[in-house]
Amino acid sequence: MKTLILFSFFSTYLLANCSNIEDKAGQFFSSGHTNNWAVLVCTSRFWFNYRHVTNSLSVYRSVKRLGIPDSHIVLMLADDMACNHRNPKPATVFSHKNMELNVYGDDVEVDYRGYEVTVENFLRVLTGRLPPSTPRSKRLLSDDRSNILIYLTGHGGNGFLKFQDSEEISNVELADAFEQMWQKRRYNELLFIIDTCQGASMYERFYSPNLLALASSQVGEDSLSHQPDLAIGVHLMDRYTFYLLEFLEDIHPASKANMNDLFKVCPKSQCVSTPGHRTDLFLRDPRSALITDFFGSVRKVEITMETIDLPEPVQQVEETPVYGELEKETYSYVDQLPVSEIIHQKPKQKNWHPPDGFILGLWTLILMIFFKTYGIKHLKHVL
Amino acid sequence: MGLLSDPNRRRALISLITRLNAPICLVCYLVGVTWFMGLAFEPFTLRTYMSENAMGSTMVEERFPAGERALVTGREFAAHKKKVGGMPVDWLVKTMQARGLEVFTQRFSRTLPFPDENKERYMVKGTNVYGILRAPRAPRTEALVLSAPCSPGDNNNQAVGLLLGLAQYFRSQVYWAKDIIFLVNEHDLIGMQAWLEGYHHTNTTGMDWSPLQGRGGSIQAALSLELSSDVVTSLDLVLEGLNGQLPNLDLVNLFYAFCQKIGVLCTIQGKLQRNDWDSVSGYSHAAQTMILMVMKQASGRPWGDHGLFLRYHIEAATIKGINSFRPYKTDVTTVGRLLEGMYRKLNNLLERLHQSYFFYLMPSLSHFVSIGYYMPAFGLLAVILLLRALDLWVQLGAPPPRAEDGTVEIVPSGPGFLSVFTPLVISHLTGAALYVLPIRLQGTVVEHFPVSETEAVVLMAIAIYTAGLALPHNTHRLVAGEGTEQEWKVLKLVAILYLAVLLGCTALINFSLGFILALTLVPMAAFITPHVSKVLSAVTMVFLSPACTLLFCVFFFQELQESPVTFHEAWVLYLSVISQGILDHALYGSLVYPLVALLVYPCWLLFWNILFWK
Repeated sequence: MKTLILFSFFSTYLLANCSNIEDKAGQFFSSGHTNNWAVLVCTSRFWFNYRHVTNSLSVYRSVKRLGIPDSHIVLMLADDMACNHRNPKPATVFSHKNMELNVYGDDVEVDYRGYEVTVENFLRVLTGRLPPSTPRSKRLLSDDRSNILIYLTGHGGNGFLKFQDSEEISNVELADAFEQMWQKRRYNELLFIIDTCQGASMYERFYSPNLLALASSQVGEDSLSHQPDLAIGVHLMDRYTFYLLEFLEDIHPASKANMNDLFKVCPKSQCVSTPGHRTDLFLRDPRSALITDFFGSVRKVEITMETIDLPEPVQQVEETPVYGELEKETYSYVDQLPVSEIIHQKPKQKNWHPPDGFILGLWTLILMIFFKTYGIKHLKHVL
Repeated sequence: MGLLSDPNRRRALISLITRLNAPICLVCYLVGVTWFMGLAFEPFTLRTYMSENAMGSTMVEERFPAGERALVTGREFAAHKKKVGGMPVDWLVKTMQARGLEVFTQRFSRTLPFPDENKERYMVKGTNVYGILRAPRAPRTEALVLSAPCSPGDNNNQAVGLLLGLAQYFRSQVYWAKDIIFLVNEHDLIGMQAWLEGYHHTNTTGMDWSPLQGRGGSIQAALSLELSSDVVTSLDLVLEGLNGQLPNLDLVNLFYAFCQKIGVLCTIQGKLQRNDWDSVSGYSHAAQTMILMVMKQASGRPWGDHGLFLRYHIEAATIKGINSFRPYKTDVTTVGRLLEGMYRKLNNLLERLHQSYFFYLMPSLSHFVSIGYYMPAFGLLAVILLLRALDLWVQLGAPPPRAEDGTVEIVPSGPGFLSVFTPLVISHLTGAALYVLPIRLQGTVVEHFPVSETEAVVLMAIAIYTAGLALPHNTHRLVAGEGTEQEWKVLKLVAILYLAVLLGCTALINFSLGFILALTLVPMAAFITPHVSKVLSAVTMVFLSPACTLLFCVFFFQELQESPVTFHEAWVLYLSVISQGILDHALYGSLVYPLVALLVYPCWLLFWNILFWK
């Protein structure tokens, strides 16, 4: 009797485990992405915009901590605060007052620095239209299974973001860039965070699917800075990013926090401005999107002794041409990084041309001279 | 048809102008004066605010610790100064080098056109000593200047001590992005002029100086320090520079912000700000402060060592420490902290200060009036001149009245060119004589009369000025025949337009000078004709002439400074003001004396001529 109960318990446990594994396996494919990228941009220069550089560097640190490697992060900083002449602590960028946390550190990899941070470069990074000579670290080599985090900070206004005190990117340009990315299948899902004044205006014009957007303030509101450090003499961070960072400090790679928690970061009482978000273009429920889907690069590993039956992939239906329609061409994706063209490992197949006039003439001349000197004599002998 | 092209309307407009000319002029004058006085009323002013983004708020941590050591250094400086009997160059060089600065000296010498009795100098020879603190990591493209004058006697020793203390503290910091030049200049303004000319490779005043061996890049801002006591009760900010130029308002805002942060009493024109703007005494206090600033600006002389920097587009101000009878004293460490904070903020600048106003008036340290608000006051006074000119033009253009008996009237000949030209030439020749002769002839005067050179120059100037009053009689002896009604009108028209242009240009450059001259000259210009009663108008004209205006201003200035003077003292002060004006022009290029002598005085003489037109 006892063994029977035990056996039944054991079998139920096994069965439950089995289905647990099935659920977990099901969860593997719920998000649909296989790799993570991050594009972190600070658009302002000058010493009194120290806080924008700190914003970007803090998000960089969090994203690295949660698993995205430097090769998958494009970090664009418009000015060098660590080595600015006015920095009383050279080679450091602090995010907390009393110099608690140095976000610059020894291992920061800045991909676009100084005057390279322009609207053109930013859009080229997003759309992938870079010249062949661009090194790998400066490219966003994402594919249709990439989740991308894009973080912008700087000075902005209603419908624009200022780059480098000399140019602007408008919300329409940004929306069009994202549409280009969608059409080139350069992202699976994209999280767009912007911390500037009137930041919500930047995501108003988005129209591509699978975009999730967050901003630190609504149209007509200014985003405020958080705390000054009297020894350094500047504001160290902006409020929204400060509280975003506090939130991210609690996230670890196995965390199950989802996007709804992210929307609650920095309410008006803390931020003074009203953060906004946009979820209508996002096809999943934000509740089902994990923070680590965008901020971390989580390798999903489950160790199991069971075999799991994966369902068949969807069959590609062969379309037969009907009523004499022309056959459709098969489309292939544009090669993102045409290494072979860059490194020239495979020689290019050149079309064969018949020898042109110069070579023909040269050979004719040589033959004539040869036959003149030797040929006639031989002929004389032969004949 | 349009307003001006329709003959009926034009006639109506012209008759309006001619009929109502005097009342409109009077109304304009009263409104102009009221507008000016109303500028000091606080609801009409704006609070000062920091316009430059790079300077932000007062967010720095000031840590200057060494006030006492600075005082000790000051006492050492005083001892060495007394021993050497002038500027202790060697000791200064050694001390600055000990603090890690790159030290250089500059010799200069200048012979004044006549002895300066206020400062008791005639042949000036001196040395400037300056040390450059190089920015540890930055390229040497920009610089800031902190200067303290080396004054004779017991003055400004603490200023030099604080300068050296700050130099030592600044040297140990790594966050300087600009070079800082610590300058000790001898013979205050003359030394400063020599240094600035040497730094910028210009020679506008004919001074003799040795070239500067060390340089620091283009100067962004400068502060001059005057501190003569171990403790201060308040800090006074002096803004007015050469020719009435003012530094950018952001420098004032910076000073005020730090005063509030550190909790030091700060004043402007020596007057402390009051909160009761709606009471009569509160308003009069603000008005007094503003009028003091107007008078100082109108004098065209630099009221601190900073005044000469402004010509080179370097924003500069002088900070004076004042020790009066108040219970709460501030020590030198706090003053040092205030300066440290200001310099750290100036260090953050990326461009020259240009975001805030360059033309303003300050009824108190926290409120200002910008040019857009105070210019209409002058504009209203200038409109009077234009209305008068229009009236004269209409009168000149009107056909002459027909003779009653219908006989053929003799067409009067147009006003002769000579009759207008001659007074012009003669007045300007008198003006030129007023400009040139006092200095030129001081030698001969000293030979013949028992006066010193300074007195000779000043009394010559007054004599020539008074001699000009006798001119109309002499001119009429020269020019044959009587003048006609037309002629004096043409002359008056020319004179009014000339005065309008002159005052307008003056007001653009130095509003205060233009406004004060306009206050007295415009009513005179408007109402002088040969037909008014001669004696009364003559006396009025003399009272409204530039020389008497200056005398009244001297009186009024002393009243506002709360040290009223008797007539005799005022006269002595008046003579010294004239001599200082001539000296300023010769030494630093101040333009007030040439303007008054060569342009304003001849204009006034023209009107004097019109009064005595026969």
